[in-house]
Amino acid sequence: MNNFLKVAIFSLLTIGAFTAYSNFGIPQIVPAPPPVEEELDLGGMTMDQFIALGDKLYHGKGTCTLCHNELLRAPLLDDSVAMALKHMSDPNYKGEATNVEEYLHESFVKPSAYVVAGFGKAGSNDTESPMPDVSGGGIGLSEAEIAAVIAYLQDISGSEVTVSIPTDVPEETGDEESEGGGGRAPFESAEAIIAEFTCGACHKIAGEEGEMGPDLTQIGALRDRDHLRRALLDPNAEITDDFMEGMMPAYGDQLNANELEMLVNYMAGLK
Amino acid sequence: MQKRNSRIIIGAFFIAAFALFLLPSLVPGIDASLAFADEAAVASDADAITYAPAPKLTAADYPTIPGVNSRVVVWIVAQLHLWFGAFVLAVPIFVFIIEVIGMSTRDQRYDNMAYEFIKISITAFSLTAILGGLLVFCLILFYPDLFNYLATIFKGSMFAYALLFFVESAVLYVYYYGWHWLQGGFKKWVHLTLGLLLNASGLLLMFLANAWTTFMMSPSAVDAAGVFSGDTWAAIHNFLWNPINIHRTIANVAYGGSIVGAYAAFKFLSARNKEQRAHYDWMGYNANFIAIAALLPLPFAGYYLTAEMYVYSQQMGITLMGGVFAWIFIIQAVLIGALFLSANYYLWCGMGRSEGAHRYYPYIKYIAIVIVVSFLVWFTPHTLVLTNAELKSLGGPYHAVLGPLGIMPAKNTAVNLLILFTFLSFMFYRRANKIATVPWAAKGNAIQIALFTTGIINIFILGTYYGYYTNTVYKVAASIPQVLTTLVIIAISVAIDAFMYKGAKEVAPLRWGRVPARSQYALFLLAVSFTWLMGLMGYVRSGIRQHWHVTNIFRDNSPDAFTPGLGYAANVISIATIIFMAMVMFVFWLSTISSHKSKTAGYWKEQGT
Repeated sequence: MNNFLKVAIFSLLTIGAFTAYSNFGIPQIVPAPPPVEEELDLGGMTMDQFIALGDKLYHGKGTCTLCHNELLRAPLLDDSVAMALKHMSDPNYKGEATNVEEYLHESFVKPSAYVVAGFGKAGSNDTESPMPDVSGGGIGLSEAEIAAVIAYLQDISGSEVTVSIPTDVPEETGDEESEGGGGRAPFESAEAIIAEFTCGACHKIAGEEGEMGPDLTQIGALRDRDHLRRALLDPNAEITDDFMEGMMPAYGDQLNANELEMLVNYMAGLK
Repeated sequence: MQKRNSRIIIGAFFIAAFALFLLPSLVPGIDASLAFADEAAVASDADAITYAPAPKLTAADYPTIPGVNSRVVVWIVAQLHLWFGAFVLAVPIFVFIIEVIGMSTRDQRYDNMAYEFIKISITAFSLTAILGGLLVFCLILFYPDLFNYLATIFKGSMFAYALLFFVESAVLYVYYYGWHWLQGGFKKWVHLTLGLLLNASGLLLMFLANAWTTFMMSPSAVDAAGVFSGDTWAAIHNFLWNPINIHRTIANVAYGGSIVGAYAAFKFLSARNKEQRAHYDWMGYNANFIAIAALLPLPFAGYYLTAEMYVYSQQMGITLMGGVFAWIFIIQAVLIGALFLSANYYLWCGMGRSEGAHRYYPYIKYIAIVIVVSFLVWFTPHTLVLTNAELKSLGGPYHAVLGPLGIMPAKNTAVNLLILFTFLSFMFYRRANKIATVPWAAKGNAIQIALFTTGIINIFILGTYYGYYTNTVYKVAASIPQVLTTLVIIAISVAIDAFMYKGAKEVAPLRWGRVPARSQYALFLLAVSFTWLMGLMGYVRSGIRQHWHVTNIFRDNSPDAFTPGLGYAANVISIATIIFMAMVMFVFWLSTISSHKSKTAGYWKEQGT
């Protein structure tokens, strides 16, 4: 019995050590909750909002950045318009697109129509893309959402946005990450957003005195709305002197288009 | 006689091969000749059957019992079933091998040990079946639509599974109860044949069950709505089936060895005389040998499985290694580190069995340093979770030194060194009581030293130059020659040792039983760590489906559809491990009481007269 107890205690201590390490020795990252259905209010959307939606989908539900990132599991898409024009004239192109918008759409739903050299599935000799059809399966972007991502890609390429906001899709619904709006009540005001995301911890804004980021109390006089929107969606795109890159998280995933615009309007009014 | 025996064993292999192909004949819709044909062609043959799309469920479609968390119940029961299943599947594999060794060396100790191993697994076999039945009940009760969807697709293989279970049970019982009957000459060959059949049917059972699991991860022959359009083989032969089959088979052997090692350790600590201590020390050593032998190739099988996940779905692969589950691999590194450290520690303690081992003592500390450093590199995280203030003081999310050590090239290098130096520990242990007497012994040693040295340099170059100074494609590809280098070193060293130590002079006998009690706790650590590790990897294997019952085609809309965090998962795994350990202790106890006899003087009529 003595040995039995010793062995039992030893085993329990071992299990306890593993449990404690898993609970307290490593960061407790809570996985995002499953996406929930959210209706897209396309009718009331401006093109900026539509592009912002595309940005949000690109970084969120579309899971594009899992691969299209600086680790280069897939090509970077910051100049996808120029890439599209180049690829369409490539002899290896197997698609049917006649313009950039069609090409981008095709690349979303038939990714193997053109595979960039070195990015094909292993053993396919770059004839088959590892990218899934984003309109089906686990991603399931709707046509309107695909259009929004195309608009976003055209926008960040610095090209004219040729996509028009679909208006004849009343049945369109999409899955949105609940942290992006679907799983919580929408924010009522910019102040509520600032309080929720504790912007004041780093910035001087809304009565808070954060010092790690730029002073925002008169930001509306210094920056235009496009700049403010970009700073929220891609904070590292332009870093103010004396502040470090990588400090501020991107909020594209966490705010819906209306909320983003609400916050941009609020900041533009800080003069 | 020898010729006749050869015929018998060849016949046995034919029977085993037949058993492997028995499955297609049992499963409706499967034609073995088509087994490796183009799946699309197979699918087109099955157009007579129409399958329904995957149901779109709401939370109300999931039956609940107040106060019972259905997911946790299914999780724990499935995990318990898997642990016991792994154990009862693994034990016959090495029992068969040990029996063959006993027969070829005519050393009855091996035969007795093999019998004792299978005796332990008999009770566990019943528990495996009971837990399997409980799991089916739980699935039908809590996830009826999912079970129905899978059963519709896999009805043929589920029926075959049930039939095969009868076959396995029958063979197992004859194999176990006929052990002492089927001894000597021809009868022993018959017994070995039964062992082979037992393993063939056991592996087939596991492969069938693996197919249901892997179909949920990488469904095949289905459209986006989940409409199945193939036959049973198309569903079984899904993308991740073989990688999981390989990984689980190897892992089960390592796991079975660790559990039997724990049994031997417990018996060693409870031994009442020198003979018992010697016997269970020897048994524990053999069990540990089995566990380590299977543990060494396991990281490679795991790497292959992960690589295949990337090939199947880049999203799945990245979610696994770079997403929310990334930190799991830090815990995994700690657990595997514990496995390697305990296995090495046991070997070092075991060197005390022979005075001849003293000459190797000075090297142990260096091996220990390499193993600890490799372990530390392996469990170095790449991305640190930091506050803004910490980020600012660090100058970014990656530490200047730890950041580079956190990526796969460094980890691959560390793992290969960990394996090589564990193998070195084993080589020292094997040489402990012997001195090679062949005239080329010095040259043989020099070749081995050169082999290790050049191999380690090669592993370093592959890990550093290709890992840090070339593009991503080479970073990943370099891991393969690293693995091959390790395998080549091990294979050639084993071959050289085999010839060099043939007829070697024994300088000091191995005194079985002469090991400190603390060495036995290394065996317990091995068993507990292995159990917990399997639980953890079971969580991640299932968890990477995220909010899908069947990846991308059948959505989980139950209230528990969220992916649990690591702390929560760790707590569930720990509870399950404690339950499992309690059940294992029960199994060990049963195997002990079966040999106890109480004196009942005056109780029975015959005794009284």
